[in-house]
Amino acid sequence: MTHVLKIENLHVSVGDKPILRGVNLTINHGETHALMGPNGSGKSTLGLAVMGHPGYEITEGTITLDGEDVLAMAPDERARAGIFMAFQRPMAIPGVKMADFLRHATTNVRRPDRKEGEELIPMREFRKELKEKMEHLRMDSEFARRYVNDGFSGGEMKRAEILQLAMLQPKFAILDETDSGLDADAVRLASESIADIGHQKMGLLIITHHDKLLEHNPPEFTHVMLGGRLVETGGPELAEELHRHGYDRIRKAYPDAAAANEEMLGEETEEALA
Amino acid sequence: MSQTTSLAWDPAGFDALLASQSEPDWLTTLRREAFDHAQAMQWPERRHEEWIRTDIRMFQLGKYGLPVLPTAEPTPSVQDAPHQLVDGVKLGGRIETIDSCITQSSLDDDLAAKGVVFGSLSEIAQSHPELVRPYLFTAFDPDHDKFAALHAAFMTGGQFLYVPRGVVIDRPLHIGSILTDGGTDTTHTLIVLEDGAEATVLHESNSTDPKAGGLHLGSIELIQKAGSHLRYVNLQEFGHKAYHFAQQKAIIGRDCTLQWTLAAMGSHLSKVNQSVDLVGAGANSQVNGVMFTEGRQHLAYHTQQYHRAESCRSDFLYKAAQQDQSRTVWRGMIKVDPEAQKTDGYQRNDNLILSHSARADSIPGLEIEADDVRCTHGSTTAQVDEEQIFYARCRGFTRKEATRMIVTGFFQQIFDRITIESVREALGAAIARQVREYE
Repeated sequence: MTHVLKIENLHVSVGDKPILRGVNLTINHGETHALMGPNGSGKSTLGLAVMGHPGYEITEGTITLDGEDVLAMAPDERARAGIFMAFQRPMAIPGVKMADFLRHATTNVRRPDRKEGEELIPMREFRKELKEKMEHLRMDSEFARRYVNDGFSGGEMKRAEILQLAMLQPKFAILDETDSGLDADAVRLASESIADIGHQKMGLLIITHHDKLLEHNPPEFTHVMLGGRLVETGGPELAEELHRHGYDRIRKAYPDAAAANEEMLGEETEEALA
Repeated sequence: MSQTTSLAWDPAGFDALLASQSEPDWLTTLRREAFDHAQAMQWPERRHEEWIRTDIRMFQLGKYGLPVLPTAEPTPSVQDAPHQLVDGVKLGGRIETIDSCITQSSLDDDLAAKGVVFGSLSEIAQSHPELVRPYLFTAFDPDHDKFAALHAAFMTGGQFLYVPRGVVIDRPLHIGSILTDGGTDTTHTLIVLEDGAEATVLHESNSTDPKAGGLHLGSIELIQKAGSHLRYVNLQEFGHKAYHFAQQKAIIGRDCTLQWTLAAMGSHLSKVNQSVDLVGAGANSQVNGVMFTEGRQHLAYHTQQYHRAESCRSDFLYKAAQQDQSRTVWRGMIKVDPEAQKTDGYQRNDNLILSHSARADSIPGLEIEADDVRCTHGSTTAQVDEEQIFYARCRGFTRKEATRMIVTGFFQQIFDRITIESVREALGAAIARQVREYE
């Protein structure tokens, strides 16, 4: 059976402010989708809503995974069902070693029925797998002993997210700007790693501003988000066009969405200034 | 304990206590003086700086009897003393007390042969007054307040450790103090390390039941002579209806090291004064503290790092997490005398508040009279971040697992400093037991 993640007519608000205004998106297992759009268009909101962030209220629409109602699941149930997001800004958890965090996470995701307090994956077995994955990603073994994202550079955080993707092997992964804040070499390494781990092995939704990541992970579909809606969908050539020429054509073609986007962006700026 | 209820904290009770002790006259004199002071002293009030944040109006001394006296007939016994610091540890000796009545005391022969003395404070005060008298009440101040004076007058069943010059004890010694429900414990612990001596002492205080009440009026005195090294651990897990009033003080000399790890989990109300006096050049102290409260617990710790000699270092870290409607108070002071040049003092208190009704008061302080010093202090108070919890949940952790992990991680910095594995494990287990079911 091919797994399907289906988002239909999704409306999401933060507080009273509508952010997503009817998003439709179907991702089949093995497909790669690029999600592009100007700042403030709602790309990260889509990811956070799919994961079940408590601050994002679903006011309308559905999300299903193989027909199961994702919206009825708690965030950890979504993770155990096989949905993953690489965070744009992952949280630090001081005092908790990367290896311990991952061992617990990996156990829970691989054994979705595991009850609290039940045994974790045997240490030896886990360490072996982690070591292999880290070598594969050309990560220093010291990394596993560091505290989760604590004092990590931007690049280290993104690589840690990729390592988690590699360990958790989800059915669907949303990669929220996993290539941003990296230098050219690091972008190449991240792109290759993602291609190696996920391309055609998962359903990927790649949120990006760059072309490098998509070069290594050519998308079957490119979606453009503007003002909280997917206004256009195309193939890899659309991603290339947007990368070369920006969003002017899109803004002109969809003035209402562009206006909504401006409004959302304005509010964001006000919040940032407040 | 039923046999003590007829004895009160009054002159008749005091006389009965004196009659039950076979103590040297100098010690009786100390007690009498303290008793007279206690009689004359008022209970602390909230207008006193130390008690502004700690309300003891509900505390009634009269509800508690005197500690079990040695003449009392049945020696209380508790099955399966809930000790945790000793798992897998080869000990050099141990003392067990129940309501400050010593029920067991032992020391390995090889240590005794080297002149180590470890046993009942009152017995040793009688048999070896020259080891006890010069030190008793040199760190502890019986006139500090009424609790201290009462402790000095009524202390029973104390523990004493003496490590002679140059003797290194390679196995930890264990002190286990158990408080029965409604019981009274007035234990005084005195530890003396002569020049170049080394020891590790694991001291834990428990109640027979996590919900038990009772009264602990205690004191710990750690006296270190030049070049001695002490690791001292005290884990306090009194029942959540117990009152705990104590002075815990160290005086450390030239080139000494003291690593003092304290974990305060229990009691309904604690008011503890902990201090380290660095009195010889080059002395080095590290104090690590863990507090974890729940329900309506109130734990107040007033700490001091007192630099009285040059080139000393004091490193202090307390980490506290508060649940439910509980509250912790930490008020710390680094004090530096004019002659204590080249002082290196560090003081930090971090709090993690786990409930909207919990509270942490964190008051660091510096009092510096020397001009060539480096003293830094810091204090943080934060709540568990919902974004952290969400992040962990996106990795498959339940909310409870995520909270537990974040809390454990919060304390990790203390664990990283503890070199004794059984202590790390016991602390980890104590913290894990205390973590609430969050939803």
